[in-house]
Amino acid sequence: MTGQRATQLHATELLEAPAPTVRGPLRGIYAGNTRSVVVRGLQVMARTNWVVVLTGFFEPVFYLLSMGAGLGALIGTVEFYGVDVEYAAYIAPALMAVSAMNGAVYDSTMNVFFKMNFAKLYQQMLSTSLGPLDVALGEILLALFRGLLYACGFMVVTTLMGLNLSWTAVLAIPAALIVAFGFASFGMAITSYMKTFQHLDYVFFLMMPMFLLSATFFPIEVYPQGFQWVIQAMPLWHGVDMIRQLTTGLIQPSILMHLLYFAVMIVLGLWFTTARLRALFLR
Amino acid sequence: MPAPVIEATGLTKRYGDFTAVDGIDFAIQPGEAFGFLGPNGAGKSTTMRMIAATSTRTSGDLSVLGFDPADHGPEIRAQLGIVPQADQLDEELRVIDNLIIYGRYFGLPVPYVKRRAEELLEFAQLTEKRRSRVDGLSGGMKRRLTIARGLINSPKAMLLDEPTTGLDPQARHVLWDRLFRLKEEGTTLVLTTHYMDEAEQLCDRLVVVDKGTIVAEGSPSSLIRQYSTREVLEVRFGSAHNEAASQAIEGIGSRVEVLPDRVLVYADDGEAAMSAVHERGLRPITSLVRRSSLEDVFLRLTGRSLIE
Amino acid sequence: MSTLEQPVADVGGVDHALIASRARGWGWWFVAEHRIRAMRSYVASWIAISVGSPFLFLLGLGLGLGLLVDANQGAQGVDGVPYLVFIAPALSMATAMQTAAQENTYGVFGGFKWFPMFFAMNGTPISAAHIVVGFQVSVLVRVLLPLVAFSLVMVVFGIGSPLGALLLLPIGLLLAAAVGFAVMAWVSTQTEDRGQLSFVERFVVVPLTLFSGTYFPLETLPAFLHWIGWISPLWHAAELGRGALYGAELAPVMVLVHVGYLVLLAGLTCWLSIRTFRRRLDK
Ligand SMILES: Nc1ncnc2c1ncn2[C@@H]1O[C@H](COP(=O)(O)OP(=O)(O)OP(=O)(O)O)[C@@H](O)[C@H]1O
Ligand SMILES: [Mg+2]
Repeated sequence: MTGQRATQLHATELLEAPAPTVRGPLRGIYAGNTRSVVVRGLQVMARTNWVVVLTGFFEPVFYLLSMGAGLGALIGTVEFYGVDVEYAAYIAPALMAVSAMNGAVYDSTMNVFFKMNFAKLYQQMLSTSLGPLDVALGEILLALFRGLLYACGFMVVTTLMGLNLSWTAVLAIPAALIVAFGFASFGMAITSYMKTFQHLDYVFFLMMPMFLLSATFFPIEVYPQGFQWVIQAMPLWHGVDMIRQLTTGLIQPSILMHLLYFAVMIVLGLWFTTARLRALFLR
Repeated sequence: MPAPVIEATGLTKRYGDFTAVDGIDFAIQPGEAFGFLGPNGAGKSTTMRMIAATSTRTSGDLSVLGFDPADHGPEIRAQLGIVPQADQLDEELRVIDNLIIYGRYFGLPVPYVKRRAEELLEFAQLTEKRRSRVDGLSGGMKRRLTIARGLINSPKAMLLDEPTTGLDPQARHVLWDRLFRLKEEGTTLVLTTHYMDEAEQLCDRLVVVDKGTIVAEGSPSSLIRQYSTREVLEVRFGSAHNEAASQAIEGIGSRVEVLPDRVLVYADDGEAAMSAVHERGLRPITSLVRRSSLEDVFLRLTGRSLIE
Repeated sequence: MSTLEQPVADVGGVDHALIASRARGWGWWFVAEHRIRAMRSYVASWIAISVGSPFLFLLGLGLGLGLLVDANQGAQGVDGVPYLVFIAPALSMATAMQTAAQENTYGVFGGFKWFPMFFAMNGTPISAAHIVVGFQVSVLVRVLLPLVAFSLVMVVFGIGSPLGALLLLPIGLLLAAAVGFAVMAWVSTQTEDRGQLSFVERFVVVPLTLFSGTYFPLETLPAFLHWIGWISPLWHAAELGRGALYGAELAPVMVLVHVGYLVLLAGLTCWLSIRTFRRRLDK
């Protein structure tokens, strides 16, 4: 920082940052520059985090191989909408939905909490003309991108293993993204209430039963009616049933209800997250 | 008089029951270097965050560059350069990418940001560290990078929260020089500090804050004139004896302060005061005459020393 | 250590010599106590999770899968017992393993990096070995919570023999020590978090849980995968647990092999951890 060097600062014409032009109710929280947040995330993913991102793909595959082969040998087939489905083909779509949920929840709670309180990443972004909504949307888009990678990878594996019983299985990829979007849109609003790492435990405490009981590894008909209703109120069950209908080709009218469920969840989640942005970012 | 760049009336921030900033008023003129001087926890950083619209105020009025931070955060920050108290660098990016990506957050064009980043790297003397990871930089290097980053959008006003904390004396002087140039070019500087010399060197005007309120306001020299004497005599008698000695000193100079480790005698003529002390038969272990500083102003106003 | 070798003077009424000698004998306990005190704020959520997980795993997953498996294999189809009884001890052990691994991943890394407690402790007369052992003792206390909860549920719902359920406690603690020290030995060599910490969960805990005979007998898997079970501490502990809970066939020499493997693993990795800790703290 010598004087002689300092003068070189003016070697080029200086530009001022363009003023954000967002009007209406989002003014003050949105600058219309979500792209820069996504670019940053992709750059970090490509240069630093790719090993971690890549290895995240293995978890559902491990489950599929282990449960499909091991439990499949003990169980044989499971009935789904009146058709007997091989056990591995029964759990594969469920694992896809679970992995979409896990990725989205992890990215929008744990990761956001960490970047907020330890890496102080959002404080940096919010020292610029970005608004909190740019940051939130950027994170959600990144989470979806990661979800897309995993969904495609998993699709390749299940196709090679012959577990996709119909061409409609390709639609499972967008379906998984819808599931991820639903969870990610809510996750950040929930994170805005968290003060310590222990609060994250409660999130995982909620996800665990959803993971194990939402018709993932066995049909919910094994439970009493009242308990079935509880599970059917949970988002993961809708995700599992929707993706399973697509991969098995046993498409039912209820798929529209599943889509509606997620549409409502996404809208509510985005609204909730937007309402909590100030509490989350502008303390 | 031109409209102030930043103007606050009754600005208040509460965290639950705790009031961090308690109804402060100030106005910062364009091109001015304005300081917040105060001890730990006074509410300096909180005030800076409210100005930057990254913390929502609880009550009061605040206008920054003609906007209300409550609903114009992005517009305000587009014109601000922010240097936070703790270096917040993107640990997942390399040094050069920290500057480039930061520029993109402002929506600046990529080729411009790339060129500007190189210039700022040179300004921060980090050109050799271009491709290093941020966590490998020393504390001083991180500070310089943070400051350089704050300049990427050619801000109209810089918010500097303890800009030179953690820098060695040489780097501090170079930075002061650089900030001085920015000021000459018309950039408004708002800084917080607890270093008296920094405030005296850089600030045209400052407010002394304590426990969320402003206790005095003025230029450094006027504050010293108003709240202190021209010179100060510092005498030490050993921690056990300062209290007793101060009783004996009472009456010399215009005021006597006892600190745990020394006694301060405020007098316009320090040497004369020293002779007077010796005349009373007191033999201090060490004694020293110095000019009054903002430290003395602070002690006078709050009864506590600034750096505890 | 150098502070210990220096002669200590009696300054201001504090007997430094006494402090130093006490730390030498009881340092590990000071460390454990410190951690347990620090953990107290987590206790509410841990108890919730510890009590919740046996219900979830045994009465949710175990019962549900049990219906499918027993329908296909008969009520004595898996290892001569109903499916629920078969997986109960393994689920308890898997939880112990997972808890120990998790605590050691984030606790050890954090102790060096995020809240550098180990360096602070090392500034006192407490040595590296004390920190390593004391830390693990606090983890065992933590692991005991879910272990007790699992055993209680087994006793109350009559899963296996009550005495066997009690025996699962020491087996679970031995497993937790072996896994805990092993994870610690690796994590303590990691100086920067590039996301590789998640590998413990992704490539150790999950695969070991899935491929070492937790949900189905190891023999169900193809023979070329059996080695995973043999090196897996979880398999050894689960085999012991099955012998204890429902008297699964277990040759006396195999008891020795299982216990011996776990003890050896714990001892070796404890020694490795101490070595790494000593190096890292001495700088
Ligand atoms: N997010 C927060 N939640 C609760 N209290 C806070 C928060 N941020 C600041 N405070 C409190 O507000 C008071 C003022 O803090 P602030 O950081 O503004 O002080 P400061 O003058 O910058 O001090 P320093 O010189 O130490 O940087 C402190 O008592 C602090 O504990
Ligand atoms: Mg501060």
